Amino acid sequence: MNRYPAWKYLVLIAVLVIGVIYAAPNLFGDDPSVQVSSARGFELDPALTEVATDALAEDELQPRDTTFEPERLLMRFGNPEQQLRAADVLRDSLGDAYVVALNLAPATPGWLEALGAEPMVLGLDLQGGVHFLMEVDMDAARSARLEAFVDDIRNLLRDERIRYRSVRREGQTLVAELRTLEDRDEALAQITGELPELELEAADGAETFNIRATVLPEVMTEMQQTALQQNITTLRNRVNELGVAEPIIQQQGADRIVVQLPGVQDTAEAKRILGATATLEYRAVDEENDPFEAQRTGRVPPRSQLFFDRESNPILLSRSKIATGDELLNAAAGFDQTSGSPMVSVTLDGGAARRMLDFTTENVGNRMAVVFIERRPETRMVDGEEVREMREVQEVISVAVVREPFGRRFQTTGLDGAREASQLALLLRAGALAAPVEIIEERTVGPSLGRDNIDQGFRSVIIGFCLVLVLMAIYYRVFGLVANLALTANLVLIVAMLSMLGATLTLPGIAGIVLTVGMAVDANVLIFERIKEELRLGNSPQSSIRAGYEKAFSTIADANVTTLIAALVLFMFGTGPVKGFAVTLSIGIVTSMFTAIFGTRGVVNLIYGRKKKLAALSI
Amino acid sequence: MDIIRNDTKIDFMGRRRIAMIFSAVLILVSIGSLATRGLEFGLDFTGGTLIEVNYPEAPDLGDVRQALDESGYADYTVQTFGTSRDIVVRLPADQAAEEGADISTEVLGALSASAEGIEMRRVEFVGPQVGKELAEQGGLAMLYALAGILLYVSFRFQWRFAVGAVLALVHDVLIVMGMISLFRINFDLTVVAALLAVVGYSLNDTIVVYDRLRENFRVKRKGTAIELTNLSINQMLSRTVMTSLTTLMVLIALFYFGGEIIHAFAYTLIVGVIVGTYSSIFVASNAAIVLGVSKQDLMPVVKEGEDQPDTEVLPARFRNN
Repeated sequence: MNRYPAWKYLVLIAVLVIGVIYAAPNLFGDDPSVQVSSARGFELDPALTEVATDALAEDELQPRDTTFEPERLLMRFGNPEQQLRAADVLRDSLGDAYVVALNLAPATPGWLEALGAEPMVLGLDLQGGVHFLMEVDMDAARSARLEAFVDDIRNLLRDERIRYRSVRREGQTLVAELRTLEDRDEALAQITGELPELELEAADGAETFNIRATVLPEVMTEMQQTALQQNITTLRNRVNELGVAEPIIQQQGADRIVVQLPGVQDTAEAKRILGATATLEYRAVDEENDPFEAQRTGRVPPRSQLFFDRESNPILLSRSKIATGDELLNAAAGFDQTSGSPMVSVTLDGGAARRMLDFTTENVGNRMAVVFIERRPETRMVDGEEVREMREVQEVISVAVVREPFGRRFQTTGLDGAREASQLALLLRAGALAAPVEIIEERTVGPSLGRDNIDQGFRSVIIGFCLVLVLMAIYYRVFGLVANLALTANLVLIVAMLSMLGATLTLPGIAGIVLTVGMAVDANVLIFERIKEELRLGNSPQSSIRAGYEKAFSTIADANVTTLIAALVLFMFGTGPVKGFAVTLSIGIVTSMFTAIFGTRGVVNLIYGRKKKLAALSI
Repeated sequence: MDIIRNDTKIDFMGRRRIAMIFSAVLILVSIGSLATRGLEFGLDFTGGTLIEVNYPEAPDLGDVRQALDESGYADYTVQTFGTSRDIVVRLPADQAAEEGADISTEVLGALSASAEGIEMRRVEFVGPQVGKELAEQGGLAMLYALAGILLYVSFRFQWRFAVGAVLALVHDVLIVMGMISLFRINFDLTVVAALLAVVGYSLNDTIVVYDRLRENFRVKRKGTAIELTNLSINQMLSRTVMTSLTTLMVLIALFYFGGEIIHAFAYTLIVGVIVGTYSSIFVASNAAIVLGVSKQDLMPVVKEGEDQPDTEVLPARFRNN
């Protein structure tokens, strides 16, 4: 007798049902939709939904469905025409602060979505788009930081009236030459107190008394991480300008950034925008003249310049700058230790710190503003044709009263909550000079090739799959049909696993599925051949089935584990497309073990298991 | 239905010599080709720029070259890709190193200026540094895969089998790479992935034969190592043929319908499956025997007082019907 206990069937059915549910979203296709997000990567105000809906209603457009998330507002439309019109309307009515992008939102039914079921993500080679690998020039970042320390030491010695011969950089170390032993010891004490990031060592020359300083390794590591993060932040802002619906910007390794822009084909434009830079300026507020007056009459005092803040209020700022973005070393949001209120702490380099100290010493009680300047691409209609050009945008992002004199490090408080603090810190970092980046790898797939890849990929899966089904059915008859059921279930489970893991489906990934289909039947072939053998030895059908499954098991396990080793190595060492192949291959091996052994046995038991007097097997 | 008669008694081991000579010839040809012709390393490893464009009508390659010459490019290659309307332009790494990623934009501009209705299909730019890293990673991956497999097979079987399996794998990888070199297949990242899949597949086949060999060594009282090896291979023959057949069928579907990009990948796997099947029959078992595998190596440790294994007859648990 070959019977499965009920629980085994329950497990089998449960796994299949879960598989079908999580594979199902891939059948529903996409809705043309419009996605609104903040141009600066901020969280959205829930009231935006109403604003957008009203603006659309004026043009008699009604979204089929609207979803609000803190990062984005997604509106689905019935057809691409409505989608395009809606995007135009929203672009006009919402203005510069928002990015309006076309998107294809998966049309997964609500009840499936509620279960967390989502379709597979298609790789760039299947949907078209740009992949950039960028490398941050850490040598340049390190040099800049070391030069900043040279300035810091000089300024410190000057401020403390310690006479020095020279302060310079020698490779990765800083060397300060002083004339006397007393000066050297005094300098050593001062630098130790003021610049804890440095490790100091007295190293006297033939005629001079020297200090050799190296930057603590953890400070350098942190600096590199900051440089990378700054670049990622800046890139995110740039990418937002491109209006890409679902960009990926990720750190890879210690000094690299991956940027993936699905759907973007104009690589020249993408490169230009990713390369564009933002900066910022600290300026004194002109307290003597009335900005509204200046705005109305157009007469701006000669030493001032008219700016606007984010609510478009005018403000007059001095023409001279106290500090600029490339002098800002870091900006971080946090909470004030004494009052507990949100704040942003800023660190400047030596030159800017001196100017800041001079300015704040004389201007306690006056205001200081930060201007954010960036070059943004704009689309304008000229004679019915779209013209893209870069426009410089200047915006006052922060105005604060100077409470006391400060220099290198200071805090901006009085912010309206932690969210504003983090937004300000984000903008400050974006405007600070990030280490230069270079594109070291580019892979672009045009939309037509993407479509071809999908078509050809799926065609080869289907043709390969059908060929195997036919061969198995002819060769193993009833058992072949059972194996075919298992193979189909296997395909469903692979798709379900890929969807559940949020893995990206690439062309090599499809190849992995095809290969798995071919190899998955191996387990069944092994079992069936073993059953045939047992039958030939004169064993009864029932015991042959049992022996076939049991004896083939260790062979199948050994064979699959070794293939899995190869797949795992591929996964660890592979990048991009190769990884996709490794993922589908690994998943396929695991699911095929389940369906080919456990699954087919269940079905075989159902068909033959209860028959006491079984004369022959259809195998 | 049987494709292979179920009672084959082919004397595989008797043809060891012929197989050895055959393998040796293939390996010599492969090494010769690898040494003289080398591999046509793809962009992934050399670095450089590749631009694929689609023309509305098949262009004259001379015209395309002229357009590129006029734009000041010298060291490039122009080829059709799949159809005559698809053109691939390749530029070497040193040129890319000077101008960086912008070069692809410029070439596209130059091509678009020379003809109407050109459509960008694909652009790939790999910096020289990245190329070097990818090559290193590919080589390392192969070594780690082989080492991991050696360990697993030693653990599950015996070191002689592990050495035999790895010898068969080296044999397969060498010959497949030789065929890639001989037929000037573009050696890129997908081919490395395919090679690792070949390793997995060939091993799968080898393990299946070994598994039966181990079983026969343990169960059969009579027969020399060579006789038992022959028996095992014959017993597994219809399985080996059937699995290779299904795998080859899907690979052929991939080769013909999967598109140009997947061609090298499918080619590598097809060659690999054929060579892998051959090697699991003739090379892996052979190597184990040459290394002196004996029955004692595979006997399970029998505790005192227990019966010796019940040979030739099914164990009790299979006899309950």
